Amino acid sequence: MTSWTVDDLKAWDERIREKVEAFGLDCYDQEFEICDQNQMLGLMAYSGMPSHYPHWSFGKAYERTRTLYDHGVSGLPYEMVINANPAIAYLMRDNSLCLQVLTMAHVYAHNDFFKRNFTFSFLRAELVVAMFKSQAERVRDYIEDPSIGLERVEPILDAAHALAYNCRRNPAIRMTGRNEQVERALEAARPPHDPFASLHIRPEYEQPDLHRVPLEPEENVLLFIRDNNPRLTSWERDLLTIAHNRAQYFLPQIETKAINEGWACYWHRAIMNALDLPQELYMEFLVRHNQVVRPIPGNINPYHLGLTIWDDIARKNGAETPGTKKDETLFAIREVDRDASFLRRFLTEDLMRKMDLFEYRSNGNEELVIDKVSDEQNWEQVKNTLIAQTGMGSFPVIRIIDADHGGNRTLYLKHQFDGRELDLKYAEETMHHLHKLWGRTIRLETELNGKTTALTFDGDAFNKKAA
Amino acid sequence: MSTVFRPHSPSESLQSDRSTGDRQRHREKVREAIRDNIADIVAEQAIIGRSGDTVVKVPIRGIKEYRFIYGKNTPGVGQGDGDSQPGQVIGKAGNDKGPPEQGHGGNEPGTDYYETDVTIDEVIDLMFEDLELPDMERKALRETLAQRHTKRLGYKRFGIRAHLDRKRTAKARIARKLATGRAESDAHAPSEDRFPFHKEDRRYRRRKPDIAYESNAVVVCVMDTSGSMDTTKKYLARSFFFLLYQFVRTRYDMVEIVFIAHDTKAREVNEDEFFTKGESGGTMISSGYGTALDIIEDRYHPGLWNVYLVHCSDGDNFTHDNAETLKLARKLSKVCKLFGYAEVRPHGSASWGDSMMHHFEGLNFNNFHALSIESKNDIWPAFKRMLRAEREAETE
Repeated sequence: MTSWTVDDLKAWDERIREKVEAFGLDCYDQEFEICDQNQMLGLMAYSGMPSHYPHWSFGKAYERTRTLYDHGVSGLPYEMVINANPAIAYLMRDNSLCLQVLTMAHVYAHNDFFKRNFTFSFLRAELVVAMFKSQAERVRDYIEDPSIGLERVEPILDAAHALAYNCRRNPAIRMTGRNEQVERALEAARPPHDPFASLHIRPEYEQPDLHRVPLEPEENVLLFIRDNNPRLTSWERDLLTIAHNRAQYFLPQIETKAINEGWACYWHRAIMNALDLPQELYMEFLVRHNQVVRPIPGNINPYHLGLTIWDDIARKNGAETPGTKKDETLFAIREVDRDASFLRRFLTEDLMRKMDLFEYRSNGNEELVIDKVSDEQNWEQVKNTLIAQTGMGSFPVIRIIDADHGGNRTLYLKHQFDGRELDLKYAEETMHHLHKLWGRTIRLETELNGKTTALTFDGDAFNKKAA
Repeated sequence: MSTVFRPHSPSESLQSDRSTGDRQRHREKVREAIRDNIADIVAEQAIIGRSGDTVVKVPIRGIKEYRFIYGKNTPGVGQGDGDSQPGQVIGKAGNDKGPPEQGHGGNEPGTDYYETDVTIDEVIDLMFEDLELPDMERKALRETLAQRHTKRLGYKRFGIRAHLDRKRTAKARIARKLATGRAESDAHAPSEDRFPFHKEDRRYRRRKPDIAYESNAVVVCVMDTSGSMDTTKKYLARSFFFLLYQFVRTRYDMVEIVFIAHDTKAREVNEDEFFTKGESGGTMISSGYGTALDIIEDRYHPGLWNVYLVHCSDGDNFTHDNAETLKLARKLSKVCKLFGYAEVRPHGSASWGDSMMHHFEGLNFNNFHALSIESKNDIWPAFKRMLRAEREAETE
């Protein structure tokens, strides 16, 4: 059995919370649930949510985790935190006392980050668990409804999952409403102020097309289809909303992986050091801590990357021993930054050299070859590449330009090309999903081999044409 | 800020595995995907001639979760061990070591697996799920020992020691004793205190062989192994037979299979030789047919057996043999339930003389089917067509 009791954990928790408060971390209420590895595997498939709607992809996720775990390829995570109020975290029953203490310290730092970081501010943390529960109930209702059933729900969810991350990158920034967009369009159409108006011929005023849908390029693909495809039934609309909201919940976590994990590692180390651990616990802590934050050759370990940068910031602000004085700079950064801005602002040439970051490419020979290393000429390029693939940067930006292209309700989308080409096979299959939801021809403009190319799918045939 | 601990309750962990439904659905989808791709899988060399428990990797389409992603020209960033140099190879593209799946929050599915492991037996089960061997006719019912089992049926007074039923024997003795008691005055009566078993007390269990009545079927596989059958052709033919063989093997316990390989001479071979050995020489199809006829006459009388014969060849026959071949084919059509001729002609392969297809056109038997296989993608459709055509012919 276990080498600890719940009372032990409570005692340690008291002491951890003392430190948390002393360090100035600001947390939601916290719940710790103790689970065994089977429960953990089940929870992982559903991202730890106490309730979640059913879909086969979660079964697939479960099978993969289970296989990897059974074959010892990967262990189970020490920590899983749900960003909710109260925050829920899971502790594995079979972990040692040291690991539990470490995990709890780590979780409190995450909790603080969830509560205070700007990226999470649009989520209503107290409603998260209830939202997932309500989604689960609705989806189950649709599946059990004899006039709908699994065989009609599943394709819609498949399609919705495929497109859920084609959405606005920063939901914490307010969306512009229709009226604002109209105003902006009118503003843009007005001729610029001309100080010599009396000398010039008055430019013709061009009426902007205000009937165009969407008025401005739209990133929220699912919501746009929900609101603009009149053929969708109400339950189909609801499914699109559900998939969209689910993705919105994960989006801030995707956007703050390195900064968030770095923050948690920074503080769990500070807390553990301040706890005055008995020697055998302290030794184990050192081992575990270093396992988590070690660099992974050929890869990027967000824990390592984040912690290295946070340490650097702390050093520059004279707070090398955390907790000696509350450093406002650090807390300000954890409020305003997300991965991309965090890396942009604080990943210096020095750090990049120290970490030996490099950029690699496929050489067309099925081999990955190092292209650039962080030296004087190239470090900025490597840094840009890293930032471009960080968080939502790994999802192509695709915007809806016109819902009535060519006057036949063709959905016209445009890929914001930034030097990275789309994977054609995946693009084709995803367009099938788009067609499933939109019901009319899909046209996607992108760039392939330096040429603007239009991909179209009309329900039967997929076409690729240079435009 | 307050903290709550919820202790582990083992009962909860036992009763709630909420992923069950989703896992079930996922497996169903995997099975569907395998079935949809069965033609491709069958055409893969890996399957032919392997034993049933070999695990093969089967590519799965249709259960991948597609979304818009970046393609191959996307650069990635990694961390080195301190002295990375431009030009250093760090891994294989498409390998796990490739671009790390960023931005998945640690919760989202990462790389998709493209393949799943199944055993050949599973594949074969899936393949034949919707196929039946055409109309097994209940032939005059030769008795076949389905299993070498016997069943009990009553008792008898004579038998071997092993079948002695002690309880019944003891009862018989008591009965005899009672009967003897009534005739006390009998001079032959033995003394009171000793009443031994007698020979006629013995009871034996009667056993009877358990005979199951089965329709008998034999599948005769005839393959051209002449020199003109190059590797591709042989491979196609073998794949076809392999299908047929596996199909028969999985569906019917009681079906016998005969393998005949022929060039100018024919001989019966075993399964192993049939699927793996190569031969060479000219082609006389009649030799194969002749041997088949002999074997059928000898061991599988058409009155008692459903005979299915399938012949694979590239259609290059010695011209002077054609007449003889046709004659024997006609004979075979009469004795066989199904006579299939599959001509293997890969695109652009050299061939001498004209095709046997042409000669077989004159063969107007309902149970004769000629098909041609041009590439490995034809194997599965051809196989299905042959079995279907037969069934339709019967139902009409």
